[in-house]
Amino acid sequence: MISKSIIKEFETICGKDGVMTSEVDRQNYSYDAAVLDPVVPAAVVRPGTGGEIGKIVALCNDNSIPVTVRGAGTNLSGGTIPMGNGIVLLTNRMNRIIELNDVDMYVRVEPGVVTATLAAQVASRGLFYPPDPGSQAVSTIAGNVAENAGGLRGLKYGVTKDYVMSIEFYDAMGRRVTSGSKTVKCVTGYNLAGLMTSSEGTLGIFSEITLKLIPPPQASKAMMAIYDSVEDATQTVAAIIADKIVPCTLELMDNFTINAVEDFSKAGLPRDAKALLLIEVDGHPVQVAEDGAKVEAICRKLGARHVQVAQNDAEKAKVWEARRAALSALARLKPTLVLEDATVPRSKIPAMVSAIEGLSRKYNLPIGTFGHAGDGNLHPTILTDRRDNDQWHRTERCVSDLFDAALALGGTLSGEHGIGIAKSGFLKNEVGQSSIDFSRAMKAAIDPNTILNPGKIIGC
Amino acid sequence: MSDINELAQSLKDIENQLTDCMKCGMCQAVCPVFKETGNEGDVARGKIFLLERLSDLMLTDAKGVKTRLDKCLMCGTCASNCPSGVKILEIFIKARAALTEYIGLSPVKKLIFRGMLKHPERMNALIEAASKLQGLGTSQADPELGTQCSKLLSRFIGDRHFLPLSKNPLHKTTPSLDSPVGKSGIKVAFFPGCVTDKMNPEIGLATLKVLKHHGVGVFMPKGQACCGIPALASGDRKTFDSLLDQNTALFAEMDFDYLITPCATCTATIKEIWPMMARNNSKSRSRADEWAPKTMDISQFLVDVLHVEPSGQNAGQQALSVTYHDPCHLQKSLGVSSQPRQIIRANPGCEFVEMNAAGTCCGNGGSFNLQNYDLSRSIGMKKRENILSTGASIVATSCPACMMQIRDVLSQNHDNVKVKHVIEIYADSLE
Repeated sequence: MISKSIIKEFETICGKDGVMTSEVDRQNYSYDAAVLDPVVPAAVVRPGTGGEIGKIVALCNDNSIPVTVRGAGTNLSGGTIPMGNGIVLLTNRMNRIIELNDVDMYVRVEPGVVTATLAAQVASRGLFYPPDPGSQAVSTIAGNVAENAGGLRGLKYGVTKDYVMSIEFYDAMGRRVTSGSKTVKCVTGYNLAGLMTSSEGTLGIFSEITLKLIPPPQASKAMMAIYDSVEDATQTVAAIIADKIVPCTLELMDNFTINAVEDFSKAGLPRDAKALLLIEVDGHPVQVAEDGAKVEAICRKLGARHVQVAQNDAEKAKVWEARRAALSALARLKPTLVLEDATVPRSKIPAMVSAIEGLSRKYNLPIGTFGHAGDGNLHPTILTDRRDNDQWHRTERCVSDLFDAALALGGTLSGEHGIGIAKSGFLKNEVGQSSIDFSRAMKAAIDPNTILNPGKIIGC
Repeated sequence: MSDINELAQSLKDIENQLTDCMKCGMCQAVCPVFKETGNEGDVARGKIFLLERLSDLMLTDAKGVKTRLDKCLMCGTCASNCPSGVKILEIFIKARAALTEYIGLSPVKKLIFRGMLKHPERMNALIEAASKLQGLGTSQADPELGTQCSKLLSRFIGDRHFLPLSKNPLHKTTPSLDSPVGKSGIKVAFFPGCVTDKMNPEIGLATLKVLKHHGVGVFMPKGQACCGIPALASGDRKTFDSLLDQNTALFAEMDFDYLITPCATCTATIKEIWPMMARNNSKSRSRADEWAPKTMDISQFLVDVLHVEPSGQNAGQQALSVTYHDPCHLQKSLGVSSQPRQIIRANPGCEFVEMNAAGTCCGNGGSFNLQNYDLSRSIGMKKRENILSTGASIVATSCPACMMQIRDVLSQNHDNVKVKHVIEIYADSLE
C-alpha cells in the first residue's frame, strides 16, 4: 500500500480529482484487453501536464513505487496491467492537439489524444495520418507509440514508428528529455525517440509526441477475390508483391472466419470459399486504374474463382464491412477470444496458415484466421473458454506452439500487439539471452529502482 | 438479503452475459458519460468488470459498485456498438435489481416508488394537488418555451427549467376510451405514458386526433400505471412487478391489433423490458410476450402499418424548418429512425433539416438527470449546439423525456427554438 502522505502529495500535484484511491476505482484500472489476471493498483493518478508527470515520477522513484502508464487500456499483451504496490498513471486528461502544421506536415500532440480523433482532425485539414490500429476509435497516440501499433495499412504506409518525428518524455527520475525534431532529417544525438517507440512504458513516460503527416491518396479501388484454396489465395499475395504492386491493404479471411461473418452479418459472403482476399490499391487515379487491373488479372490467373471489384463507394464500404465484422463475428462464438499476432515474412504465409490449421486440429480448438496477409501479420483467433481448465490449458499450449511455428518460419512473436507480460516468457526464443541481457542492462541504467512498468517485455 | 454471498450468487445468473465482454474497450468511443469524465468506471466495460469481481467476491464494496452502475444514461449506445454483442442493458437492469435487493432502496425512492408510483390513483391525486400549488415559488423562465424555474425548490431540482404540470392531464380530459374501428379496420390499445399524461397531454390529444383521422379504433383503459422503467432502473423490482401486473390486467380486457405509445422509453420498455423481466410462468409474462411484437411507437405505426407518406408538396418560403433528435430508446433500442422523419415530412408546411449527431443521447437518462445534473446538462449542451446549428425553428423528437431535457437546455439559453413531439407536427397538418 501507499502511505497517506504520499497520496496527499499526489493530490497536491494533480488536484484531488486527479487521484483515485477507492477500492472500486482502483479495481477499474487492474486490467486491459489481454486475457490475463487483473492486478489492482494502489492508486490511480491523472496528471494534466508534462510537469505533473515529472513530479509524479520523481515522487514514485524516491519511494520505489512502480508506475504503469495507461491510455485507453486496449492493450492485448497486458502492458497496462499494473503492480499491486504501484500506481496507474492515466494520460487521458492530456488530450490536446497542440499544433497541426500543414506547411511542414507534422502534428504535435499530448499523449492522451485518441487516434481516430487525430486522424479525423488531420483529414479535415487535407492531410493523412495512416496508422489505423483496430482499436483506433478509443486508443491513444501515446499507447500507439509505446506499442508501435500497426493496422490495416501497414503494407504500404508502414506502422506507427514510421510517423514518429520526436518525443518529449520524463525519465525514471522525473527529468524531462527530448529527442527528435520537427524536421524531416535529424541526426542529433541518439535516436531516443526510436528507442521509446515500442518501449511499452518501461523506459520513460511520454508528454508530447510529434508525428509526421503525408498527403492523402487521391483515388482508391477495392476488390474481393474468392478462392477455393488457401494456397491459391496466399500465392496471389506473393505474386502481387512480386509484380511490384504495393496495395494499401491486402487482407485475408479463412473459411472459418467467412462463415462466422456470414452467420453474424448475412453479408452474402460465399460460405463454401476456402479463403477471401480483400484488396485495396490507392494513389494517383491513373496508377490506381492500372494497379487495379493488374491485381484483378493476377487474382484470376492464380485461381480466384471470382473477383468482385467495387464500382462505387457503397460497394467499397461493403467489401470492408466484411473484414471489419471479422473480430466481432468470432467474438460472439465463444466466451473467451485469444487474438494472436505472430507474424511471418509474407512468403511464408501459406506455411503459417497450414501450421495454424494443424494446431487447431491438434488441440481441438476452433481458430479463425484473418488479417494482414500483405505484411505477413495474420491474426489467428482462438475461440475458447477460460473458465474451463482443460480448454484453457490446451489454449495455452496451442499459443506456445503457434509462437514456435512463427519463429521456425523466420517470423516474430508479435507484429503489433506488443510483448507486455503475455509474451515476455517467450522473448528469449526469438531474440536470445544476450539481447535480453543487453536490454536489462540498459533498463537498469535508465531506471535503477525499476519503477517504470516493471516486469513488462524483459521480465524482472 | 444481507449476505454478500447471496448477492454474488444472484449475480451468477448473469455470469454468462458478463463473460461475453472481452474488455476491448470499444464502448469508450461512444459512451456520452465517458466522453465527459474519461473514467473507466463510467463506461460499460468498467461496470461489467466490477460486476464480475463482485460475483467472484474479489470485491466487496457493493455500494461503490452500485454508485458506478447508477452513473449511466441507459441509452444503450454501447450495446448497439458492442463488437461482442454483450447484452449490456439487460446486465445493468438485472444487476441494479440484485444490488438494490442487497443494499435496500433509499427511503426517498421507497416513498416515491412504493408510496406513489405503484398506486396510479394516488399518484394522480397527489400530482393534481401539486399542480394547483406549483405556482407558489416558481417563476417564468422562458415565455417562448413556456418553461418555469424555482428558487424555492432549487435545493432539490437545481436551476432546471421545466414545464409546469398540466392542469388538464389526459386522464382527466379523456379518462378512458373505446372508439370503434373505422376505415383502417385496425384497433389499437393506447398507452400514453406518465409524462404525456401529466405534463404534455397535448401529445396524447394529438395522437388520438391522428388515430381518429386515419379511422383507427382506440382502446384506452382507465387507471393506467407507469410502464415501470423508473422503478426498475432504480432496482425496485417489486414496484416494477406490481406496475406490470396492473397494466397487463387492464390491457387484457380487450383485443387489439397493436399497442401504441408516443413515448420512446415506454415503447422500448413494453416491447423489450416487460418480456425480459416479467416473472416466469406468470400471466403478465405470457401477455408481455404476446404483446411485444404488436407494440409500436406512433410514428412507426403510421408509416409501417398505415403507410403515411411524405406530403411531396413544397411549402416554399412559408415552410417551418424542423429538425429531429433520435431518442436512444427508439433508434438504438428498437432501430426506429426513418419513420419519425417521414412523419415530419408528411406535414406539407414543414421542411425537414437533419442535425449533426441526431442519434447522440440528449443526456436525460431519467433518474440520471436527477442524480447527475451537471453531467446531464453538459451532455445536453452538445445536443443544443447541434440543434442550433441547423437553424431550425422547431426541434421535434419522439420521447417526452428527451423533450424535457432539450427544453431545459434551450430555455437556459433563451434559444428561440420550439420543442415538439413529431405527432403534434403531423396532427397540425390534419383538419
